[in-house]
Amino acid sequence: MSVVALKPGYTGEIKDRVENFHGQQVLYIGWEDHLMYAAPLAIPVPATLPFGALTAEIIPDLYGLHPDVSAIDWTRAEWFSSGQPFKPDATKTLAENGLGHKASLRFRTPGLTGIKGSCS
Amino acid sequence: MNMPVSGKPPKKLSLKENYALLTRGLGWETSYEPMDKVFPQCDFEGIKIHDWDKWEDPFRLTMDAYWKYQGEKERKLYAIVDAFQQNNGQFNVSDARYINTLKLFLTGVSPLEYSAHRGFAMAGRNFKGAGASIAAQMQSIDELRHAQTQAHTISQYNKFFSGMHDPIHMFDRIWYLSVPKSYFEDAMTAGPFEFVTAISFSFEYVLTNLLFMPFMSGAAFNGDMATVTFGFSAQSDESRHMTLGLEVVKFILEQDPANLPIVQRWLDKWFWRGYRLLTLVSMMMDYMLPKRVMSWSEAWTMYFEQNGGALFNDLARYGVRMPKYHEVATKEKDRLSHEAWSTFYNFTHAAGFHTWIPEESEMKWLSEKYPDSFDKLYRPRMEYWREQQKQGKRFYNKTLPMLCQTCQIPMFFTEPDDPTKICYRESQYRDNKFHFCSDGCKDIFDFEPEKYVQGWLPVHQVYQGNCMRPGTDPTAPGFDPLAELLQYYGFGSDTPGEYLDSQDRKNWEQWTGKPGVST
Repeated sequence: MSVVALKPGYTGEIKDRVENFHGQQVLYIGWEDHLMYAAPLAIPVPATLPFGALTAEIIPDLYGLHPDVSAIDWTRAEWFSSGQPFKPDATKTLAENGLGHKASLRFRTPGLTGIKGSCS
Repeated sequence: MNMPVSGKPPKKLSLKENYALLTRGLGWETSYEPMDKVFPQCDFEGIKIHDWDKWEDPFRLTMDAYWKYQGEKERKLYAIVDAFQQNNGQFNVSDARYINTLKLFLTGVSPLEYSAHRGFAMAGRNFKGAGASIAAQMQSIDELRHAQTQAHTISQYNKFFSGMHDPIHMFDRIWYLSVPKSYFEDAMTAGPFEFVTAISFSFEYVLTNLLFMPFMSGAAFNGDMATVTFGFSAQSDESRHMTLGLEVVKFILEQDPANLPIVQRWLDKWFWRGYRLLTLVSMMMDYMLPKRVMSWSEAWTMYFEQNGGALFNDLARYGVRMPKYHEVATKEKDRLSHEAWSTFYNFTHAAGFHTWIPEESEMKWLSEKYPDSFDKLYRPRMEYWREQQKQGKRFYNKTLPMLCQTCQIPMFFTEPDDPTKICYRESQYRDNKFHFCSDGCKDIFDFEPEKYVQGWLPVHQVYQGNCMRPGTDPTAPGFDPLAELLQYYGFGSDTPGEYLDSQDRKNWEQWTGKPGVST
C-alpha cells in the first residue's frame, strides 16, 4: 500500500522531478563538522558541470564566510554520496560521477572542526 | 407550528434531555440512499465502528449553552482588548524582541486555527454518528473564533510593528510557514478518523501544553496582557478539545480490536509530526522571549516525559504503546532550540521576524539550562557571529537549505547519538530520491509515498521559478532573486534580518524611550 486513499489506484504528482527545474538538477551539499552553516545547502546545477568546478569555485563560494574555508586542502577531503564513501573524478561531470537529480553530497575536511573545535 | 395552543408554555427540556435529542435524535439511518453513499469517507481508513451510540461526550454541551458561554467569553475578551488599545499596552512589553514571538504566532499558529475550523467542519460532515458530528462541529466553530480573536488582539501590534500585516498571504508562501501548513494539510487530506486522531488527540491532548504554555506564560512574563487574555478566552475551549481527543481515541479502540494497529500507526506518525512542528516553539522559549519562563528541555521533561508518559501508561490497557521515536525526541531536547535558532539566524534575511544573538546574561542562562551542550557546541558560534556583527559583517547564509521531504524543515537536525553530525535519511521512490531529517519522517513517507511526493517544498519551488509575482521576468537585467522573493512573500518596507538593525528596534527606542534590548 503506498497511500491510504478514497479511490483505488490513486497516484500523486512528483512535484520535484528534474524536468521542472529548467535544465538544471538539484544538488545538496553538506560540509561535515561546520554547522555555522546550520543545514546542508541546495543548489541548482547542470548535470554537465565538471566535478572540479565544485571544489575550485562553487563550494568555496557557498561557504565563503566560514573562517575554515581558506584552510581546506581538497587533496585530503573525504567525500560521501548518499552517505556512502565516494571517490569523485574531478575531470568528469556530475552525471558521469553518478550524481543525479537530488544527489546528496557531503564532504569532510580532516583537521578542520569548525569554530574553536565546536563543529560549528 | 409547534406553538402551544393551550396557552401554556411547553415544558423546558433538561440539559440531559436536550443533549440526548441533539446527539442521538438528530441522527438517523438513511433510506433513500445507502448510508455508505451519504457518508463516503467513513470507511476507507479501515476503522470499524459498530455502535455510534457508545460515543460519550463528557461535556454534553448543547447548542444554546454553547452560544451562551461563548458569547460571555467574547464580551470579556473584547472589553480587555479595548482597554489594552486605549492604554497603548503594546509598549508595556519587555522589549521589542518579544514582538517577534507574536509574528511567529500570528503567521504560524493562527492560520492553523483557521485550518482546524475547516478540518473539523469536514470531519463533522463525514462521521456517521451524530454525537461525534456535533462535537466536531462545535470545535469547528471554536477554532474559527480562535483565529478571529487572535487576529483582532494582535492587530494592535500590527499598527506599530512589522511582519503582521498579512498572515494568510504569508502562510501560503514563506518557507518556514510551509512547516505548519503542510502539517495541517496532511491531516486534512487524510480521512476523518485520522484527522481527529492527529489533531484532537496527538496534538491537542498530548502536545498542546507545549504550545500554549510557552506562548501564554511567555506573554504574561513579558507584559503582553492582550495575548494572555485571548489565551484565557481560548482555554476552556481547549480543555473541551482535549477531552474530545481522548474520547475519540478510546471510542475507536473500544469499538473493534482491528482498529488498534491503525490507531497506533497514527499515534506514531502524529506524535512525530507534532513534535517536529514544536521545534519552532523550542527556539521561541529559549531565544525569543526576553523574559524566559522555562527552558525547552525543562518543558519537554515535564509535559512530555512525565505527563505524556503517565497518559500512555493509562492507555496501555487498550494495547497502545508510547509513540515510536519518543526517545529520539528526548535525546534531542538539549539541542533542538539551539539548532533551530542557528538556522533562523542563517536565513533571517528571508524571514518574517527578526533574529539576534543573545546578550551575555542570556547566554549565561542558556549555559545553566543546558550544561552539557550550550558552552561546548553552540556558544562558540554565537560568540563568533556576535564578533562578526560588531565588525559590520553580520552573518547571513545566502544559499537555500536542503529540506526534509516530510516535515519540510531545513535539514539541521543531528544524529540521535551525535549532536555534531547532521542526520541524513533517504528513500528512493519511482526513480526519484527523497531526503529526510529523521527516521520518523522517513517512516511516514515510506508508508504513503504517493502522498508526500506531492510536497510543495519552498526551496525547490524557488528553483523551479514559482515564487515570483505574476509577470516577473527573471531574465531581465538586474533581476534580484532575493528582493523578488521578499516581494512575493508580501513583506513590507521594513527589511527583514537582524533585530539590532531593524526599524522595529529604532521605533521602539524612539517611542518608548526604553532600550531595544532589556536585560
